[in-house]
Amino acid sequence: MARHPGRGFAAINYPIGMNLGGDPSQALVHSNPDGKFMVSLSSIDLGQGMKSVTRQIAAETLGVPVADVYVDTADSDTGPHCMGSFASRGTHRVGNAVIAAAEEARAVMLEAAAEELEVNAADLETDGAGGIHVKGAPSRAISTAEACLAAQFKQGRTVSGRGIFLIPPSDVDAETGEMSPVSCYAHAALVVDVEVDDETGELTVTEMNSAYEVGRALNPRLVEQQLVGGAWMGMSHAAWETTEPYYPDRRAGPEDFNAYLMPGPGDVAPHHIAILERPAPDGPYGGKGPGEMCANPVLPAVANAVYNAVGVRIDELPITPEKILRGIRANGGARPQGRPGGERAQGRPGGERAQERPGSGANGGRG
Amino acid sequence: MAFNTVEMRKEFFAEERDESLKEIGQPTRRQDILGHVTGRSPFFDDHRFDGLLHLRCVRSPHHHARIRRVDTAAAERMPGVVRILHPGDVPHNLNTLLSLIGFGRDDEPLLAPDTVRYVGEPVCAVIAESERAAREAAAAVRVDWEVLAHVLDPEEALAPGAPVVNPVWPRNVFEYHDKYTHQKLRFGDVEAAFARRDVTLVEGRYQMSPIEQAPTETCGAIAAPETNDRFVCYTSTQALFFSLGTTAKLLSLPSSRLHFVGGTVGGGFGGKVDSLHEPLAVLGAMLTGRPVKYAWDRAEEMQVGAPRGAERWYLKDAVTRDGRIVARRFRGYFDCGAYTRLSSYAVQKATAHLPGPYTIPNVSADTYCVFTNRTPATAMRGFGITGVDFAIECHMDKVAEAAGLDPVELRILNAYRDGDMKAHRRVAKNTALIECCQVAAEKAGWPVRPEFAAASSLRDGGGARAEIPTTRTDEDGRIDGAPATRPAAAPAAPAPSRPAAPAPAPTPARDVYGLPVREGPAAPAPRPQAPPVPAAQPAAPPPSPPPSPAASPPPAPPAPAAGEPYKPAEPFTRGVKRPGGHRFSSLSGTRRR
Repeated sequence: MARHPGRGFAAINYPIGMNLGGDPSQALVHSNPDGKFMVSLSSIDLGQGMKSVTRQIAAETLGVPVADVYVDTADSDTGPHCMGSFASRGTHRVGNAVIAAAEEARAVMLEAAAEELEVNAADLETDGAGGIHVKGAPSRAISTAEACLAAQFKQGRTVSGRGIFLIPPSDVDAETGEMSPVSCYAHAALVVDVEVDDETGELTVTEMNSAYEVGRALNPRLVEQQLVGGAWMGMSHAAWETTEPYYPDRRAGPEDFNAYLMPGPGDVAPHHIAILERPAPDGPYGGKGPGEMCANPVLPAVANAVYNAVGVRIDELPITPEKILRGIRANGGARPQGRPGGERAQGRPGGERAQERPGSGANGGRG
Repeated sequence: MAFNTVEMRKEFFAEERDESLKEIGQPTRRQDILGHVTGRSPFFDDHRFDGLLHLRCVRSPHHHARIRRVDTAAAERMPGVVRILHPGDVPHNLNTLLSLIGFGRDDEPLLAPDTVRYVGEPVCAVIAESERAAREAAAAVRVDWEVLAHVLDPEEALAPGAPVVNPVWPRNVFEYHDKYTHQKLRFGDVEAAFARRDVTLVEGRYQMSPIEQAPTETCGAIAAPETNDRFVCYTSTQALFFSLGTTAKLLSLPSSRLHFVGGTVGGGFGGKVDSLHEPLAVLGAMLTGRPVKYAWDRAEEMQVGAPRGAERWYLKDAVTRDGRIVARRFRGYFDCGAYTRLSSYAVQKATAHLPGPYTIPNVSADTYCVFTNRTPATAMRGFGITGVDFAIECHMDKVAEAAGLDPVELRILNAYRDGDMKAHRRVAKNTALIECCQVAAEKAGWPVRPEFAAASSLRDGGGARAEIPTTRTDEDGRIDGAPATRPAAAPAAPAPSRPAAPAPAPTPARDVYGLPVREGPAAPAPRPQAPPVPAAQPAAPPPSPPPSPAASPPPAPPAPAAGEPYKPAEPFTRGVKRPGGHRFSSLSGTRRR
């Protein structure tokens, strides 16, 4: 009886936004007289950081510090329509709507500044630190706060903007399935290491190494939390979770977390992540949406790793000890397939490049 | 070494990035972090109201049953009970979520008027002064059930003679384009490629069971009368205007009378789109004049709340000796449960995703949205993609083994690159699969031969790989032609669809991938389940419901009985052909009544 090491691989891409488009989102941006900006949305922040990402996008576009922007959302009386927070559409759709609204507001702010400085607005630029100045002449300057105050109390301008983003809806051909599903895709590949106990069928995920291409990491810490948490969910889907353990039989459905199992802190594996950025041509500053796709490669990679470890293909999720043990017995014993890369290496190649993050420990929680 | 590490690999695609940005790319602290870490961010359930009422549903213990009588007399006399909501109290008691974008047919009541189609389906709702009183009164409601035959397996639901789950969909499938029993994808000619002598065929069957979104905060909403004849609703929704629009439609209210507030949500993962709580809570507030809370407990969240649905996929590949996949065929079954919710959309999203991130010159897919007598499925993280990615990537390893190639190298060899034609007939751009494969393998110390380590998404795509091949189409699953092959054995219930009359194609291949033709399943004995509804008992005829406020709307017309063919109230506009200017008009509750 032994614990067999194994490793599996999987690669995926993921469509960003609602399939076939036709899912608009809107944003409104306005400034207070002192140059502090409010972004009004109806989009929902589920904890993924939608408010923070749209805040950074608004600040970048307006050309003001992020501290000068606040995002107010999720009140149908004040926020314009948004389709919702799903289908990896928050960053892409709402982000683009915020850019459109912020560009309009920025244009008014620069017009107001130009009038105060008696220059052409096209000759002005923002420094991202609360200042507006003439290109090439930093001393001819006005603060964003002064410009917004002058706009509202001297010039009678509203420093505000409206934005909407819509991918026009696509039809689907009944005969061939021809369609325009989405405008961009995120990508990922992942190697998972496991150990499989051939006596108990127990599966332990021991390590994950991954590469995720997210378009643009608009906020790298928010990307990190998505990827770490999402890979945990992928592990959980692979080997723990279902509401119908004997599907399609409806019996024995769990009704609480004593029976609906998920990996606990002791089950979580170290995860070493590389983030690649290939900006989406129509993404907000190239951003795609890392949230949904990050779990997907883990499920098949775990199944492939179990085969590598003991020679049993589990094609039905979740991969329970019972299924593994039945497979091993049907094969007349474990049949290790040979671990790619040889026996477990002492050090992890490429690890010296990785940033050490003592604070980024296990992230086992949902929601 | 730290438990988790993260590195930015800036050397890839560097020339495509603008690195002069100031706020983008910064690890800025969240705007709402202080509220979250101090426990002060308000969730829907943190909104307090004097005189808050609690709503609990009476639910079906059966997979499929006709409701003979609902006797609420005893429940109404129990202390604390204020009002019991019946199907007739719902002004427009039939909806489908995607009617907001003009896709599909209304097929689901908020409260089941005459037939239940899954265990847990609500038939009425008790509103009481306390949650305990609501629970006890719900347990005291007597329902006289006539148990009907049910079907739980999607392939069995497609077999001749299977019970009809939902009369709106008499073939137990969502009907695509008003023409086919499923969504097709046809690109090239897979059969011709399978017949080649220089290929190895690899087949597989993959199954994913339902999965719970498992948010920390269960779904719920609190509604209250606001001043000026409006209603405020605090909700855990993932989609504020989706929930508002659905509520406006079900309750026949203009959106201007609804004020929805959401925002801080304790996890969603797709499970908070269905908008089941807001309409009942607002209806309760309308009919009682008091604030009403409707929230699921954990058991409801897990067994009544819509899960990520089960999917079953059959794959067949043809691979050459050098590891190139030259044909891939899919047959997929989404088990959407008793009502469409969002599954019809997921089927098209999954079909668009095929054959995965690979360039394969011949691809075919038949993807079905199948109705069964189980909890309706809905969105979850990776909706429409997670299940088929599991199938594709497990299958890739089998192909690698058959071709004698390393799994990573097989993916790089077949990966899509910029300029390639995808099976849905759009050119691939902005691809990065190869680089992800290379970096993940490098980090793990998984050796890859130099020619694969040197491959690039930016090179060697397009050209011949950009061509749309001559494509063989067929009419398998055509609804109009179905009677020719429909078995005579199922006169009462419309037969599930089968492949239509043989297509004129030279080599029909339905023998392998035709719909499975099985004997209809025997109706299994219904099994009582957890929801606290007493089994069928002789009961007095139901008393008339308590008097409603004058504004109480008339009852909705009953849904057609099982077995009757679907007759749309108005002509059904096909599939995704969305009427431009009116696509969102139902937000004001004026459409599809």
